[in-house]
Amino acid sequence: MRPIRTRISEGCYRNQFQRQLEHDEVVAIWRQWMFNFGFELATARAVREKRIYVPTYLSFGSEHVPVSLFRVLGNYHLFAQHRAHSYFLSRGGSPESLRDELLGLSSGCTGGRGGSASIHAPDAQMWGHSGLMGDQVPIAVGYCQASGNKTLAVMGDASAEEDFVLAALGYAATKNLPILFLCEDNDFSILTPVQTRRSWNLTTVARAFGLSAFDICDDPSEIIGAAETLSNQLPALINVHIARGGWHAGAGSDGPPEWNRISMFEDEYSGVVGRETLKEIRTEEIERARRIWEQS
Amino acid sequence: MKQTTAQVISEHSRDLLLNHKGLIFGQCLTAVGWVGGTIPELTEDEGLIELSMADVAGGSIAVGAALSGRRVIYVVRYQGFMWYNAASIVNYAAKSKEMWGIPCPIMVRGIGMDGSIGPVASGAHHSLVARMPGIAVAAPMSGQEWSSVFHWWMANDDPIYVSESRKSFEVIGEMSDLVINDADVVLVGIGPARISVTEAVKQLNSLGVRTSSFGLVWLRPLQLSKALLGSVRNAQLTLIVESDYESCSVAATVANRLWEIADGHVSLLGLDDRTAGFSRESDNTTPTHESIIRYILSFLDGSIATRQ
Repeated sequence: MRPIRTRISEGCYRNQFQRQLEHDEVVAIWRQWMFNFGFELATARAVREKRIYVPTYLSFGSEHVPVSLFRVLGNYHLFAQHRAHSYFLSRGGSPESLRDELLGLSSGCTGGRGGSASIHAPDAQMWGHSGLMGDQVPIAVGYCQASGNKTLAVMGDASAEEDFVLAALGYAATKNLPILFLCEDNDFSILTPVQTRRSWNLTTVARAFGLSAFDICDDPSEIIGAAETLSNQLPALINVHIARGGWHAGAGSDGPPEWNRISMFEDEYSGVVGRETLKEIRTEEIERARRIWEQS
Repeated sequence: MKQTTAQVISEHSRDLLLNHKGLIFGQCLTAVGWVGGTIPELTEDEGLIELSMADVAGGSIAVGAALSGRRVIYVVRYQGFMWYNAASIVNYAAKSKEMWGIPCPIMVRGIGMDGSIGPVASGAHHSLVARMPGIAVAAPMSGQEWSSVFHWWMANDDPIYVSESRKSFEVIGEMSDLVINDADVVLVGIGPARISVTEAVKQLNSLGVRTSSFGLVWLRPLQLSKALLGSVRNAQLTLIVESDYESCSVAATVANRLWEIADGHVSLLGLDDRTAGFSRESDNTTPTHESIIRYILSFLDGSIATRQ
C-alpha cells in the first residue's frame, strides 16, 4: 500500500471529531460497508462481462462514507449524483432494484432509465440526479427551503467547482437552511487533480459564505463525529478526503489506491470486535451481495 | 372595470401564496414596480422569496422547491436570461416525472422586452424551451389567457414555461381572433407580435386585403384551432409573426404544420437573424405592423417568391 499522501496528513485534522466506536456500532458499520463493497465487486464483474453496458460509477474507496453518515443523518432527505450506489444501498434502497437498474431492466429502481448515474429511492427519501454534475446542490437547497426537511447534498470535488454549486452554498447560508453539504473529495476530476484545476479550498470558501465547514479524513469515526457536531450547526459543509479505488467510470483501476481504508479499519478495530469476526462478516456480506447478482 | 393582464397575474399569484401554500422565487421581486405590477406586495414569510442574483443556481433552487410538492412560480426578469436559467428547468423539472415519477410543478414566467435592451435581454426565447420534452409552453397576452394558463397549471403537475412580454402587462380585455370568410391573407401572431398583427390586420382590411388574424397561446403542446386551420387552407398567404428568432423556432414548427394543409404560401416573420444592439439603428425588435404590411403587399404584388 502506498503511504497516505500529504493531502490527507496536512489537510484533514484527523482528530477534530473522532471518537471511539463501540462494538455494536463497529459491527453495524462494517456489515453495511462490506455489503456495499461486495455489491460493487459483483457490479464490476458484470461490467467486465459486458452484462452492464451503461457508464458505471463504482464507489470503491468510498463505500463507507454513506454508511457512516447515515448513523447520524438517518432522517435527512438525500440528493446525490453519480457514484451513489453505496448511498442508495446504505439508505435502504433495494439491492435487487439497483442491480436491475444497472442491467437496464424495467424492474430497476428507476425503471431502467437511470442507469448508474441517475438512480433514486423515493421510499428512502433519495432523489434522482439529472446528470448535470452538481445540479443536485442548488436543487437540494431549494427543496430544503420549501419543505423544511433536513437535507443532505452530496457532491464531488469536481462538482464543487460548478458556479451554481458555490452560489447555492451562499444562498443556504443567507437563508440559514437546515442543510448539510458533503463533498467526497477524491482529488480527481476523472484524472485531473484538484491542484491543477483550482487554487482555492472548498472549506475556506464555504466558511467565507458563513457555513461551518471542515476538511476531514475518511475514518468512519471521524465522519460520524463530524456529522454529529455539524448537524447542530446547519447549514454546514464537510469535505471528506477519500481515495478512489478505481477508474472514474468502469471496472478498471490504475493500481492500488492512495490508501486502503478497509484494511486500516480492520487494523484499528480488530481489538474491539476481533479480527476473525470482522473477517466472517466480510465474507458473509460479500457473499450476500454476490448471490443477489447471481439471481439476475 | 376590466383588469390589466398585470393585475390578473398579481391576483392569481396572491391566491397561490395565501391559499395554496405556493411560493414565488425571483430576483428583485420587491424592487420598485414589483415586476411591472405582477407581483403581490407580500413577504418572504408569506412565500415571496428573493433569490440572490445567481441565475443558474436560482433556477435550480426554484426547481428543488417545486420538487417538495409545493407549487412554485419562478420569475425570470428577461427571457434572454433563460439561456442561463434553463439548466435545471429543462434538464430536471421537465424530466423528473418521466425519469423518476416525481412531478415538479414549476411555472416559469419568462418576461420578454423589446427595444433598447441589448444583446441578451431582447425578445422572446420560448423556442429554447419548447424543443425539450416534458414542459408545456404558453404565450398568453390577455388577462383571460393568462388566467386559463394558470388554471391549467394548477390542475396539472407538469412544469410550464410562460412566455410573457412587458407589453402584455398593460393589455386590458381580450385579444380576439378576427375571422374573415375567404380571406386572402391569414396572420398568425405569437406573443407581443400579436399587437403588431392586430394593427396590421386593421390596416390591411381597410386597404381591401381580406385578412384574418389569429393568436397562438399554447405553443407546446401546439394548439391550432379549427377556425385557423380552415382559414389557412384557402388563403393565398399565411404569415406567422413572432418575437423570437425564426431559425429552429416555434414559428417554424407552426409553419411546417400549416404547410401540410395550406394551398397557398406559408411564411415567417420574426426577429432578424442578428444580435440586437442598444441603439435604435442596431436594435432587433418584434416585427412592426408596418413591416408586416410591407411584407404582405410585396407578396401580393409578386415580388416574393411563392411555393411552386
